Amino acid sequence: MGRVEAMRILVTVKHVPDLQSQRSFTDGRVTRTADDGTMNELDEHAVEAALQLVEAAGEGEVYALTVGGADAVAAVRKALQLGVQHAIHVTDEAIADSDVFGTAEVIAAAVRTVHAEAPLDLIITGMAALDGLTSMLPTALAAELDWSQATLASAVSVADGEVTVERHLADSHETLVAPLPAVVSVTDEANKPRYPNFKLIMAARKAPVTEWSLADLGVDPASVGKAGARTVVVDASPAPPRENRVKITDTGDAGTRLADFLIEKGLA
Amino acid sequence: MTTVAVLIDHRAGVVTRPALEALTLARSLGTPVAVWLGERPSADAAALLGDYGATEVRAVEADARLSAHAATALGAASEDADVVVVISTFVTKEIVTRLAMATGAGVVVDAAGAAMVDGRVETVQTVFAATWNVRTRIESARAIVGIRPNTTQAVPADAAAAATLVPITVELPEIRERVTHVEPGEADEGVPLAEAPVVVSGGRGTGGDYTLVTELAELLGGAVGASRDATDEGWISHEHMVGQTGTTVTPALYVAAGISGAVHHRGGMQASGTIVSINMDPDAPIFEISDFGVVGSLFDVIPQAIERIKEHRAG
Ligand SMILES: Cc1cc2nc3c(=O)[nH]c(=O)nc-3n(C[C@H](O)[C@H](O)[C@H](O)COP(=O)(O)OP(=O)(O)OC[C@H]3O[C@@H](n4cnc5c(N)ncnc54)[C@H](O)[C@@H]3O)c2cc1C
Ligand SMILES: Nc1ncnc2c1ncn2[C@@H]1O[C@H](COP(=O)(O)O)[C@@H](O)[C@H]1O
Repeated sequence: MGRVEAMRILVTVKHVPDLQSQRSFTDGRVTRTADDGTMNELDEHAVEAALQLVEAAGEGEVYALTVGGADAVAAVRKALQLGVQHAIHVTDEAIADSDVFGTAEVIAAAVRTVHAEAPLDLIITGMAALDGLTSMLPTALAAELDWSQATLASAVSVADGEVTVERHLADSHETLVAPLPAVVSVTDEANKPRYPNFKLIMAARKAPVTEWSLADLGVDPASVGKAGARTVVVDASPAPPRENRVKITDTGDAGTRLADFLIEKGLA
Repeated sequence: MTTVAVLIDHRAGVVTRPALEALTLARSLGTPVAVWLGERPSADAAALLGDYGATEVRAVEADARLSAHAATALGAASEDADVVVVISTFVTKEIVTRLAMATGAGVVVDAAGAAMVDGRVETVQTVFAATWNVRTRIESARAIVGIRPNTTQAVPADAAAAATLVPITVELPEIRERVTHVEPGEADEGVPLAEAPVVVSGGRGTGGDYTLVTELAELLGGAVGASRDATDEGWISHEHMVGQTGTTVTPALYVAAGISGAVHHRGGMQASGTIVSINMDPDAPIFEISDFGVVGSLFDVIPQAIERIKEHRAG
């Protein structure tokens, strides 16, 4: 292993409806309420990966960044509770209804601003936002910044100016090495996120959150949000419930009845 | 007529069924041309693509696994296409993200279908663990659609198309990342999970014994799936994990044996055709979404079901 220097990492965290809540759409938009919104569960793994890398280096700092409406600040507050040092909330009316490319443009602009103050080594994202589940943002961000990319990491380490990740792909397992600075997305296998401790929870309440608008970042409002979106939701409706559901309790012949059900349906 | 470029999914030169599904979908959107990355396709492979309507097979030598290379290659082979269709996987999502950034195309991934409406592509998707259906319109002139396996039925064209082989050369960009080690996954036994017409999954309730689950899967011509807890235990390898962070499956039949039905798991299977579950706990959430639920032990129920199906087949 080579020499490890102080690490500077930015983690992206998204505010999404809680998985356990009744998620829905209103007027083609994901319904967001302050009550059942939370930091995207998969981003906890991104925060944890960043904290562990800084701890391994012995020195460094972590920024948490979220892009979203007023209530999205809860996502960076959660990251503060977990132990990141800095929180940034990019919010602007013009951002609403952005597609992945708009979001990537805004995040890239914020990253450039932080990077200009002092260079970042890594951006770590979750593998997917659990509202849309597109998993496109990490690649879009790497392309936008022209940084190297290492996605879907189930393990991450840094040495000698390079990041090494392990990736499980559908048909293989690979090790990928990318020079810093890099955009890394981590899976939920990468680590076990820590729980916030009481001291951090108290401190997070009072910790400052930097708030930036599009003007602060020099982003043209016309290129993001609804104005810049290349796709638009034209209809969203609850899926009809499954009809004629059957539930039986095994009293000795349930296997046969199950088989008969499959045979009758032409499935066996 | 709209030209629709279809990125052909192939396994070491063998065209996969999802690729034929994508060509079938492409025919409903316009005139399909196949895009083939990697070593040139065999005559048989090209002919098969023709059977499903590909007028051309545009072959580019590029590694489909390196998203920056694949995006450049796909872009060069689809310059005249208004629509690009790919099979939605983690790898193709990265490819189309880069392609869209280069071309300004609008993208929908994980679509369950697509149609032309007033000169624009509209897609359907199921979201929030298949509890909502969403229709999305791609407003930009160029559209990219990532389609989920098993959402279109592959049907050959009425008349085979020419499938003329068109080699395309392109300068691939320098990339900084390097793959230093590759370990192939488990040897291909049977149908890959994502495209299997039947999936039989076992969870913690199997106690680690996949014999019955595997036997039922084989009998039904399907693939073996698993919950996250089972793969975490090391009972079965990661490739088998079904769920929002594993593989999303939409088979005609999904059997969940000894799986509680956590929202994370449901997110990866709830859009399946028929859902059958076997669970000892009458209150297991999996029953909420099961067409046929059995409260009982999989160790009793599966062997009996196997026996009955075999009996039935024997006539
Ligand atoms: C960020 C995150 C992402 C996740 N992603 C995924 C994912 O993609 N996929 C996924 O599957 N999980 C995922 N999980 C885990 C998920 O939350 C559940 O913990 C997991 O799905 C539970 O697995 P299980 O159903 O096998 O185990 P359990 O929940 O323990 O259920 C076992 C079931 O087996 C039943 N049982 C026991 N014995 C028998 C028997 N003899 N016969 C019949 N039934 C029996 C029990 O009644 C019980 O209902 C994720 C979790 C997190 C936090
Ligand atoms: N609005 C956002 N603000 C901050 N991070 C985001 C936002 N959208 C996406 N991300 C990050 O990108 C990852 C992948 O999201 P997605 O590509 O939307 O599935 C998430 O896990 C987040 O880390």
